[in-house]
Amino acid sequence: MRRKTLLAVGLVALAAVLGACAPNATQDSLEPAGEFARKSHDLFVPVFWVATGIFVVVEGALVVFAFRYRHRKGREGIPPQVHGNTRLEVAWTILPAVILAGVAVPTVATIFDLARQPEEGTMRVDVLGHQWWWEFNYLEQGFTTANELHIPTGEPVYLRLCGVGLGGIPDAKTPVPTECQPGPPDGPAAAAVGDAVVHSFWVPQLAGTIDVVPGQTNFLWIEADEPGRYPGQCKEFCGLSHAYMKFVVVAHDPGDYQRWVEGQQAPAAMPEPETAAASGAQTFAAQNRCTRCHTIDGLEDQDGQPVVGSNGAPDLTHFMSRECFRGCTLPVTEENLRRWLQNPQAVEAGSWMVVDPPLTEGEIDDLVAFLQTLR
Amino acid sequence: MASVSVPARRPGLLGRPTSTTGLWSWFTTVDHKKIGILYGVTAFAFFLVGGVEALLIRVQLARPDQNVISEAAFNELFTMHGVTMVFLVVMPLSAAFFNYFIPLMIGARDVAFPRLNAYSYWAFLFAGIFIYSSWFLGGAPNGGWFGYPPNSVLDPTRGMTFYSLGLLIAGIASTVSAVNLAVTVINMRAPGMTLFRMPVFVWMGLVVQLLLAFSLPIVTIGLVELLFDRRFGTHFFDAAAGGSPVLWQHLFWLFAHPEVYILVLPAMGIVSEILPVFSRKPLFGYQFVVFSGIAIGFIGFGVWAHHMFAVGLGPIANTAFGISTMIIAVPTGVKIFNWLGTMWRGDIRFTTPMLFAIGFIGMFVIGGLSGVSHAVVPADYQQTDTYYIVAHFHYVLFGGAIFGLFGGIYYWWPKVFGRMLSERAGKWNFWIMLVGFNMTFGPMHVLGLQGMPRRIQSYPESLGLTFWNTVSTVGAFLIAVSVLVFLVTAVASFRRPKEMEADPWDARTLEWFTSSPPPEHNFDEIPTVHSLDELWHRKYAETHGGRVVPVPAGGSGRPASGHGRSEGDGGHGSEHGGHGIHLPGPSYYPLIASLGLPIVGYGLIFGWWMVGVGLLVTLAGFYGWILEPSAE
Repeated sequence: MRRKTLLAVGLVALAAVLGACAPNATQDSLEPAGEFARKSHDLFVPVFWVATGIFVVVEGALVVFAFRYRHRKGREGIPPQVHGNTRLEVAWTILPAVILAGVAVPTVATIFDLARQPEEGTMRVDVLGHQWWWEFNYLEQGFTTANELHIPTGEPVYLRLCGVGLGGIPDAKTPVPTECQPGPPDGPAAAAVGDAVVHSFWVPQLAGTIDVVPGQTNFLWIEADEPGRYPGQCKEFCGLSHAYMKFVVVAHDPGDYQRWVEGQQAPAAMPEPETAAASGAQTFAAQNRCTRCHTIDGLEDQDGQPVVGSNGAPDLTHFMSRECFRGCTLPVTEENLRRWLQNPQAVEAGSWMVVDPPLTEGEIDDLVAFLQTLR
Repeated sequence: MASVSVPARRPGLLGRPTSTTGLWSWFTTVDHKKIGILYGVTAFAFFLVGGVEALLIRVQLARPDQNVISEAAFNELFTMHGVTMVFLVVMPLSAAFFNYFIPLMIGARDVAFPRLNAYSYWAFLFAGIFIYSSWFLGGAPNGGWFGYPPNSVLDPTRGMTFYSLGLLIAGIASTVSAVNLAVTVINMRAPGMTLFRMPVFVWMGLVVQLLLAFSLPIVTIGLVELLFDRRFGTHFFDAAAGGSPVLWQHLFWLFAHPEVYILVLPAMGIVSEILPVFSRKPLFGYQFVVFSGIAIGFIGFGVWAHHMFAVGLGPIANTAFGISTMIIAVPTGVKIFNWLGTMWRGDIRFTTPMLFAIGFIGMFVIGGLSGVSHAVVPADYQQTDTYYIVAHFHYVLFGGAIFGLFGGIYYWWPKVFGRMLSERAGKWNFWIMLVGFNMTFGPMHVLGLQGMPRRIQSYPESLGLTFWNTVSTVGAFLIAVSVLVFLVTAVASFRRPKEMEADPWDARTLEWFTSSPPPEHNFDEIPTVHSLDELWHRKYAETHGGRVVPVPAGGSGRPASGHGRSEGDGGHGSEHGGHGIHLPGPSYYPLIASLGLPIVGYGLIFGWWMVGVGLLVTLAGFYGWILEPSAE
């Protein structure tokens, strides 16, 4: 009777464990969607079951011993004083070592597999971690996005990651850094690091984690089998709004991806003159305002002269082609844009966006109208 | 001289304190037992504070998209929760047991350097107060207990300066205490107490003190560099100026991984004492348990970069540290199997300490297995910095260390206070804590694997993480209930009469050989040790077949219950050549000398003149200390 009860409890517990995983999790490392995430997963699953086996044996022994050798009323005397058994000691030293050696072999193979060098013609994207958003530089195609990394399906993509960007004190010591450039720590390239902090790039369905470390260039392979949106987020604590430093990897069929690339490569079209959007463009282009940090490729001032921006903040050339902003935690809607422009710090704790002097309601109307033309 | 009639005034700044009872005696005591109690009470107070911080974190995370606690406050809370639980709770709670029981278990009258011992305690207390004062002086530490630069350097609040200075002071306390206890174990053992007759708890104590002595200097360098980067504009961790953020990570984890064993080995020692007593069998494979503890200590210095698999150290480093991490699982497993061997064919009594010891094994196994999954490096690429890690180390440090320490509290309470804790309430405490603990931290495995990073102030509903977060929060409050049960039990125990026998559990080791509580001088007569489990062998004789028969009454040494200090020095003349027992006298100076430390700390934040004041106070303390004889 007791045994049956125990068995039932055990089965219920096992079912609970197996059913424990939420079916609706969207950032789930247990649902790999590409080659590289699968490599991690394919190691984790067998190790999980080996560990479950050991768990059952050891915890089982613990419960059985506790039950079987419990003090019974009326028992007199003292149990035999067993001091140890060398054979057993040798056995339970060697047996776990053998099991671990069995685990170690595929582990090491996978470590080196994941660290392999890219071949000629591999698609590459630079990933720059800022407080608190992600910059994706398509160097070969010549454009930049923020918080949305688009890739073609079925193709391994080699990411080069480095930590740059504003961070820490508002009056940053160094000019706004712009590029992910590997180089010796004392070389000129590393000076572009600025006041960056450590971030960590994680899109669990496509790959494991890699840190984004100031002064260091790291690499990561990602790949998606099917088109879709794969959420990811910064994993290394990076200050006030760490929880809101997310991004999404958007995987397209190769054809769709090519169309997306062509769209991104085109400069922004300036709005018709005499519209709200046009005056928004002028507010944007005004000296010491938005272009101190933001870039819009194709932006012109009143005289039709190109205005060069900076890469300290997200490139907005095709802002409306993105579904989210502010570390991909807010949908791009008119209401959210207004809230953001009125007071970024009220939306994001510690935001580095400076709106000084504050924008008037009219300016905000115009800017939102302008931003909505950036498709 | 005007006052010829006054007895020659001793050199020194202050008169000698004399009282050994009353409130004031606690400030001047150098008795290892009183200092042990001070450590325990202080650590437990911080345990309650750190627990409240944990509850606030869980309240904020109970539901998605909440903003009950702001980002800034949340970052302070998880940082202080970690700093508190590691440095102000588990370490000093272990120190409490080491202080109180190492001398008793090895048959000594005190630690090697009693005043230094008091100095360690006060420095620890001031470190805790110093760190906590930051809440009122410009913001608590907010860069995580791991304090990764550049974020910890660039943060504009004072928090991380308090962190670096506070941990430096705590480090002084721990280093001094580590040397003191290690010397005590090596030099002050009773006659016949060879190293391999020492209880496992003492062994683990020795290993922990050596780990502290070798690992603290490493983090000290890191903390000084952090302080200099923050306060004096150096660039140790500034990549733009040729420094390296990864340097800190190495310095920190090369300390902080041995630290994990510093936190859990004491609990392993406690469990190794409790299991044999309540199984009524000797510890299975004593030498193997001792050597595996030593092995864990050694290998513990070679696994630190498993905290850094995602940093980009390269496949060779990741392979090396993955394998060394797997290796350390072997001696850990050996311990677990030997504990099971101890219970095997025993006569197990489910007292509260035994329940906590069994709970320790059960929970620690889970933490150990999830730990092995981190050694599988590519799997760790997914797990690192997620709630899976939070689950793992809480199974090790709560299910392990805290369960073990609670077992120790219930086991040794009658010895320390001369009163039993209620067994009934103790069982409630255990079962509520076990259920609450598993409800809180079990679901975190799932949360982490399903995409919840650590240290996030909120998560959106769309991640599908709501259910288990809510369960976890409910569990956390269950843990709080279990702690309240303990508090009530502890207070209630003082309403019972103080009439504990010396050896209520029929135990095996020397601390039970003296009265409960022990007299100030511990033993009326220092026992001569003939074997491992000395007390047991004085009570029971073992025949060749392993059968056990009680030694006839009046045999070589029934526990000396009832022998107290009332016997006076007269009866021990022979032992010290007719001079009786010499115990060090109480002193003001350890308190004064350590008081200078936080003043120097505040000075480094608020103004140089305070540094001068702090140094003067320290100097005055040591000056008086040097000129004061250790005993009158």
